Amino acid sequence: MADILSNAAEEIAGHEYLAFTLGKEECGIDILKVQEIRGYEAVTRIANAPEFIKGVINLRGIIIPVVDMRIKFQLGEPVYDQFTVVIILNISGRVVGMVVDSVSDVTTLTPEQVKPAPEMGTAFSSEYMVGLGTIDERMLILVNIDKLMASEEMGLMEQVAA
Amino acid sequence: MTIDISQFFQVFFDEAEELLAEMERLLLAVDVDHPDPEDLNAVFRTAHSVKGGASTFGITDMTEVTHILETLLDRVRKGEMPLTAEHVDAFLAAKDILKMQLDGHRHGSSVDQDAVGNVRMMLQSLAQDVPVTAMAPIAPSFHSNEAQAVDHSGGKRYRLELPAMAHREVQALGAELGLMGHVSITPLDKDRNAMLVTTHESLDDLIAICSFVLNPDDMKVTELPPLDDVQAKREGDERAKVENALGYGFFDSTELQPQSAGAAAKDGEGYGFFQPLDEIRANAEASSEDARGYGFFQPVEQIRANAGIVDTGPTPQQIAEEEKKAAAKKEEKAHAVPHGAGAESSSIRVSIEKVDQLINLVGELVITQAMIEQRVGILDPMKHERLLNGVSQLTRNTRDLQEAVMSIRMMPMDFVFSRFPRMVRDLAAKLGKKVDFITNGAATELDKGLIERIVDPLTHLVRNSIDHGIEMPAVRRAAGKSDAGRLFLSAAHQGGNIIIEVSDDGGGLNREKILAKAEQNGVPLSENMSDADVWQLIFAPGFSTAEQVTDVSGRGVGMDVVKRNISAMGGVVDIRSARGFGTTISISLPLTLAILDGMSIRVGEEVYILPLGFVVESLQPVPDDVKEISGKGRVIKVRGEYLPLVPLYQMFDITPRFTDPCQGIVVIIETEGRKACLFIDELVGQQQVVVKNLESNYRKVAGISGATILGDGGVALILDVAALIRSSRQLADEQIFS
Repeated sequence: MADILSNAAEEIAGHEYLAFTLGKEECGIDILKVQEIRGYEAVTRIANAPEFIKGVINLRGIIIPVVDMRIKFQLGEPVYDQFTVVIILNISGRVVGMVVDSVSDVTTLTPEQVKPAPEMGTAFSSEYMVGLGTIDERMLILVNIDKLMASEEMGLMEQVAA
Repeated sequence: MTIDISQFFQVFFDEAEELLAEMERLLLAVDVDHPDPEDLNAVFRTAHSVKGGASTFGITDMTEVTHILETLLDRVRKGEMPLTAEHVDAFLAAKDILKMQLDGHRHGSSVDQDAVGNVRMMLQSLAQDVPVTAMAPIAPSFHSNEAQAVDHSGGKRYRLELPAMAHREVQALGAELGLMGHVSITPLDKDRNAMLVTTHESLDDLIAICSFVLNPDDMKVTELPPLDDVQAKREGDERAKVENALGYGFFDSTELQPQSAGAAAKDGEGYGFFQPLDEIRANAEASSEDARGYGFFQPVEQIRANAGIVDTGPTPQQIAEEEKKAAAKKEEKAHAVPHGAGAESSSIRVSIEKVDQLINLVGELVITQAMIEQRVGILDPMKHERLLNGVSQLTRNTRDLQEAVMSIRMMPMDFVFSRFPRMVRDLAAKLGKKVDFITNGAATELDKGLIERIVDPLTHLVRNSIDHGIEMPAVRRAAGKSDAGRLFLSAAHQGGNIIIEVSDDGGGLNREKILAKAEQNGVPLSENMSDADVWQLIFAPGFSTAEQVTDVSGRGVGMDVVKRNISAMGGVVDIRSARGFGTTISISLPLTLAILDGMSIRVGEEVYILPLGFVVESLQPVPDDVKEISGKGRVIKVRGEYLPLVPLYQMFDITPRFTDPCQGIVVIIETEGRKACLFIDELVGQQQVVVKNLESNYRKVAGISGATILGDGGVALILDVAALIRSSRQLADEQIFS
């Protein structure tokens, strides 16, 4: 697992990634971590869980947690309508749903287009950032989604395993 | 996953393991005196399959051992040599070695090469004398002088007096020396043997070989003068008579002797020192030596019938009787195992993931079907009659399909039971006890997940029964019981549960000693505890290991672990015991972990599932019964008992419809002997739910044991009753889950 994380920078650089928006910020994650994208549906609340963990849903027979990134990073208004999107991620065999404002497109980035992450200035702590991707005028915050989802901060996984 | 050879290795390992288990089962079941040719063939087939697999994968060490094993088995099944208890022991030992080698290849565990060598030598020594017997010359020199004259007429004769050593070693040595010339072994006293060797080799060579197994200084060697035929014959006769007079049963100890007896029988001398059974064996030998076209594959009875050709043979009545017995036994066996060989050929090997996937898919189908049923429920039955008929048929089919798919995961208890006969046999032998092991209901089916988890607790209970329950033969005799203790292992379905019982007719539990020990451990005791309560004391942790409760009825070691394992499976352990008459430990388990009988309950807008097994009753209390304990929450008086109130809305932070228990419903839940009142808004209904794991994609949630998917596709969480009851104590802190 540690190897996967340390290699993530190189891997993402040469890969396609999925761009999505959270409030005003545009982010990108490795497309290979994305299992599917679906609309938001009613979740079952989990008692005493942090606010950003919306609850669990039934994804074709398996129970997966859904987190709302907008609440987690205080970006934009958490509204739930027919346009709200859930990105289903598959992170080292565990399936997690992530609520975002919208999904824009899939683009390829060459290593030259990826700039090192600044120390501050975005909602994500630089710890979870791979870098900044630039396409013409657009700037994408490339998120190390593996590390973010496995982090203690998210509380999605039992920390003993990490 | 890429396709690589390791996949196929895995298949071989699985298969070999099953084959070895099957071999053991067959060997333990085989009747040494009247082996069923079918059984022997089956044992041979398992060995052959293991060998084939091993050589395919280039696992040479296993191939070698199985080859020797197979060679020996082949002779036995063809009737070329009689089956003896000795053989069965050797086969079992070989099976253990193969298992060890298999584990060595599979898990990289260590393989004891010495043990491998020993078993190989043992098998070889058993196998070696046979071909020679077929040609007759190896039969001891004093019986078949002609052969000796041909083969070793110029050889020197040595008499080796061996020191006390294990019977197997003597045999192995005999086999080694047999390569050099003729060997006959004569028991001197209990552990000591003398060997008569006729050979062309020098004495030094003989001693060199012997020194592999023993210290040459302990051995007494005398060279005997060469014999002429007449002398030899006379000496042979004399020795035979002497030995007979001394009561050394030729057939009791070594493997070489049955052949010598066989040869003797062939000579027609009729020394008359055969016991009836041995006679049959010897005669079977003789008849096969004659090889007059009596098929070796004929049923045992046939071969035994041939025994009649020797004048000292059993009378026809005896034979008839024996045959009757054997036939009856066979019949019994046929009844006991109605599906033996048929079952193995009609099964396929499927990975458990595929089965689980199938179960998941069917679960989905059931949910979809429920959804459709719900939607069409609002349609006008007159207008949509055909659609509604179709849907109701779909409902039936789905239910059948679900049942059928769930049954794939079910395995017969035989998978557990079959490993005990060997353990009982070994353990009883080690402790010097006699135990009749009886199983019942081996065909009872249980979920595979549970089967795997029940093995350890059950092993523990069986060991306990033999170790502490069943008394030594002398003690049993004094108590007026038969020497051999009886140990029952049974499984049966009872409603939605399976009841597994380990029962012995041993000494039973000792109430006074348990109470004394409990007192010593500081367990609060009341004067007039019922027996059932006293027996439960032995499940207390720490009750066990420190010291035995008594030498007769100890049963302490690790009982707390047994209880905990079984509780973790949702099961209950119950003990019944009567002093002097034995003990029965009864385990009740749910049939499967995957399906749960649940009660759906509602609090505010949320629906939860309460496992029905924990529900005692539900009621709406009257205001007088609800009492406030200052700062400690509320209690409810139910039939004179004050039970703590656990308000679910408070614990899960839900906005409820009612905050007054007198308006909502309280459900009395009970686990681990403690009760509490769970306060909820309303009961929705009772249903079977498929249990899903929350932890596979999320984490453990306090107060929740799992989740399930409801008919509308939504998720409902299953309450962890034990955790709720525990938390009822901490309610005062308002910080139940943090």
